[in-house]
Amino acid sequence: MLLDVTDLFVSFKTNDGQVGAVNGLSFQIDAEETLAIVGESGSGKSQTAFAIMGLLARNGRAEGSVRFAGQEILGLDQAALNRVRARQIAMIFQDPMTSLNPFMRISDQMEEVLILHKGLDKRAARAEAVRLLDAVRIPDARARITMYPHEFSGGMRQRVMIAMALLCQPKLLIADEPTTALDVTVQAQIMDLFADIRRDFGTAVILITHDLGVVAGFCDRTLVMYAGQVMEADATDSLFASPAHPYTKGLLSAVPRLDRDTETLATIPGDPPDMSRLPAGCPFSPRCAWAEARCTARRPPLERVARGGRRACHVAPEGLV
Amino acid sequence: MSLLRVEDLSVTFDVRGRGDWPWTPARKLQAVRALSFEVAEGETLGVVGESGSGKSTLARAIVGTVPATGGKILWDGSDLAALGPAQRRKHRKSVQMIFQDPLAALNPRMTVGEIIAEPLRTHHPDTAKPDMRRKVGEMMERVGLLPNLVNRYPHEFSGGQCQRIGIARALILGPKLVLCDEPVSALDVSVQAQVVNLLQALKRDMGLSLIFIAHDLSVVKHISDRIAVMYLGTLLEIGAADQVCRAPRHPYTKALISAVPVPDPAVEKARRPAVLEGELPSPMAPPSGCVFRTRCPVALARCADQIPALRWMDGAHAHACPVVAAEAQHPA
Amino acid sequence: MALVINKGAAASLKEVSGRSLWADARIRFFKNKAAVASLIVLVLIGLFAAFGQHFAAWSNEEINWAVIGSVETLGRPSFESGHFFGADPLGRDLYARTVQGTRVSLMVGLIGAGVAVLVGTLYGATAGYFGGRIDDIMMRIVDILIAVPYMFVLSVVLVMFGQSLVMLFIGIGLISWLEMARIVRAQTLSIKNKEFVEAAQATGVSTPRIILRHIVPNLLGVVAVYATLLVPNMIIFESFVSFLGLGVQEPSTSWGALIAEGADQMLYGTLWQLGYPLFFFVITLFSFFFIGDGLRDALDPKDR
Repeated sequence: MLLDVTDLFVSFKTNDGQVGAVNGLSFQIDAEETLAIVGESGSGKSQTAFAIMGLLARNGRAEGSVRFAGQEILGLDQAALNRVRARQIAMIFQDPMTSLNPFMRISDQMEEVLILHKGLDKRAARAEAVRLLDAVRIPDARARITMYPHEFSGGMRQRVMIAMALLCQPKLLIADEPTTALDVTVQAQIMDLFADIRRDFGTAVILITHDLGVVAGFCDRTLVMYAGQVMEADATDSLFASPAHPYTKGLLSAVPRLDRDTETLATIPGDPPDMSRLPAGCPFSPRCAWAEARCTARRPPLERVARGGRRACHVAPEGLV
Repeated sequence: MSLLRVEDLSVTFDVRGRGDWPWTPARKLQAVRALSFEVAEGETLGVVGESGSGKSTLARAIVGTVPATGGKILWDGSDLAALGPAQRRKHRKSVQMIFQDPLAALNPRMTVGEIIAEPLRTHHPDTAKPDMRRKVGEMMERVGLLPNLVNRYPHEFSGGQCQRIGIARALILGPKLVLCDEPVSALDVSVQAQVVNLLQALKRDMGLSLIFIAHDLSVVKHISDRIAVMYLGTLLEIGAADQVCRAPRHPYTKALISAVPVPDPAVEKARRPAVLEGELPSPMAPPSGCVFRTRCPVALARCADQIPALRWMDGAHAHACPVVAAEAQHPA
Repeated sequence: MALVINKGAAASLKEVSGRSLWADARIRFFKNKAAVASLIVLVLIGLFAAFGQHFAAWSNEEINWAVIGSVETLGRPSFESGHFFGADPLGRDLYARTVQGTRVSLMVGLIGAGVAVLVGTLYGATAGYFGGRIDDIMMRIVDILIAVPYMFVLSVVLVMFGQSLVMLFIGIGLISWLEMARIVRAQTLSIKNKEFVEAAQATGVSTPRIILRHIVPNLLGVVAVYATLLVPNMIIFESFVSFLGLGVQEPSTSWGALIAEGADQMLYGTLWQLGYPLFFFVITLFSFFFIGDGLRDALDPKDR
């Protein structure tokens, strides 16, 4: 087991008091596996990634356990965390423009990582950086590496981010909405690249996204989050084919598909949750068509389902028709 | 007679470089190049394209917030450019727009009631106060908002609700054509479906025509009767929605459709998307001839010679690829 | 599953009041202790300027012949003699003079800032909204006027047209709006590109109404902060002019004139003549600065 997250709680100190972003998240990912964390705004999926990487904002607090390759990394001091970050776990962010330093050349930014973490000298670092830019299919990498980020297009910048993440051959790659800001044809290129990376480098990938199409094409397992909690987690095939949670069912029927004709989209009524005012029981209950009295009173525990996945719902799967 | 007819519409912007002298002629950015199409009454035309396609500029040229630099826009047969300022203002009642960022499209210092009433106040300033309040309340109910929230400010609403307010504002004058510029892109999936359904219902009830602009082909196909595909300001293909999606002709459309992921693992595993090579050319230095030729899998040398015209295959479906058209006539 | 509204129930719901962004800002402002304290101080000074002379034992022009000539010993601040702040070199009551000086200086500050707000906002918003040629011409005029050395111009004006309070106001009014126009123009440029302005244009709202109803209200935050910081600048400016002897003429006075006199007399040991006007001058300026800071924090763009 590569990453083991148990009972993760992330909260933020705001003017309105302590607001929870992640409310009790548990999941695991094995080596070379791909896991999708799916959710809408307020689901806490990005904050989960930040908590794992130790990148929470100053007013954020993470509790629980995050074990990477057996070692507890939540709460490590910066020095120890820096040995894990980039080397073992790397992260790719949504907006490549803001995650690359606009004042530094790409070569400098990439070599900095190699010199710091792998102790290479300048020449070896440059060679390795070019090799990786080739691997992510940047044309004419040797000439382009000395350019600045603004001289690249959005898709290329994202590839540079991916290359930077792979510099130290991390065992785990966390990608936070890597293709959301990109055009759909560029998205296809990047997801293709992810597939190649998985095959060639054997990296485990946690893909955080709200796009169910991207998940369906790439990830072995899927975890669905809502209001900072896990609603359902299962193998992607099973989850999409027969979703066992009202929220997952709602999401899948609300998404229009190119290969199907529907008169009207099935909607989930209501609005995304207000994290400072969650109900005592299941956070999805205000919007759930099958909600019962016990749903608003008690939070449903995350339980195993017969076919192997887990779900958090009081109503039995057979009752969700 | 079509409601809106666009003939050879062009929109060109002057772009000044930072270090240019004041007398250096500005460079030209052709956002929309010689576009022609029609929209009939009561129909929904979907416009898809990626960044730099010019679809947003097209919308703004039709609404009139950006001036057209070439071609004609004909409304009910008459040329919009020939209208005087007073008639132009009247025309504004018939064409309205819904924007991408729901919160940014609302003045943060005005209450919801004031925002929705503003079109009424602009075009019918003599409306009595109680009548105005009644109309605003009715409109709010129609888009699914509780009328007692009329004194709230935009920041007190969610994204989906803000978009409903924007829709109410656009529809209160009873326009004939509504341009929707990426109306659901900034919304969560569960809220997107609500707003899409709302637009469809309102379109039916009020007999609207919609021009629905988005980059998400799945949503566009769901809501549109016909689809137009744009690339670097040029119309590459136009036809009935399911025709264009199931049997695309133009190489770009084929690549676009192939790139759209389907939320179904079984379907995804079975297909291999045709990945488009290369990068989007800069709109300021477009390729000569066919703008798509630098990334096109079937491009020939002659594609650089002249801009291909739109070819109609039957009355309803047209595309701008001479190579595909030639193959259709003389199958290999 | 569409959203269903029960029409009967909806009609009977009472209208909820909204919480405007100004209300939010006000709440934030009042949490700022320094700003609130400064506001109280300013109110007190305002009261002092308005009603202070009712408590004066002497008028501001009356000369106390008894203390003339030995002001250092007999003109000290005391309650018995009625000179709460002491006497000035000519034997006049410093308290009454300070009240008068406060009045003049505050008026100069507020009117100067007021003119700046009115003229500068409209000018800058118009230039920013129209853009292009109009913007270029309007802003170049501002640039040229800013480049002119105002002290020189003001001195010339005052000498040519006589040194009166009215002339002073005109002179200050001429320059105070320039910087405000620049700031407002910059803000207008960023507001003009927001989608709600485009929505108003698409609706067919007339240009004057767009500027007044959509652009200006969203500028007011910046304008309020800058105006609050402009008042002390105007006061300092007037004080400097008076210090040079070009400002208000006797028997009228201002803080600057009083401070000039007091500084002159320091060697004779009559420190109260410098101290009291200086004290009012300093705490007023500090109060405006704290309030300006408080306003800026309260109106922070991250309004949500």
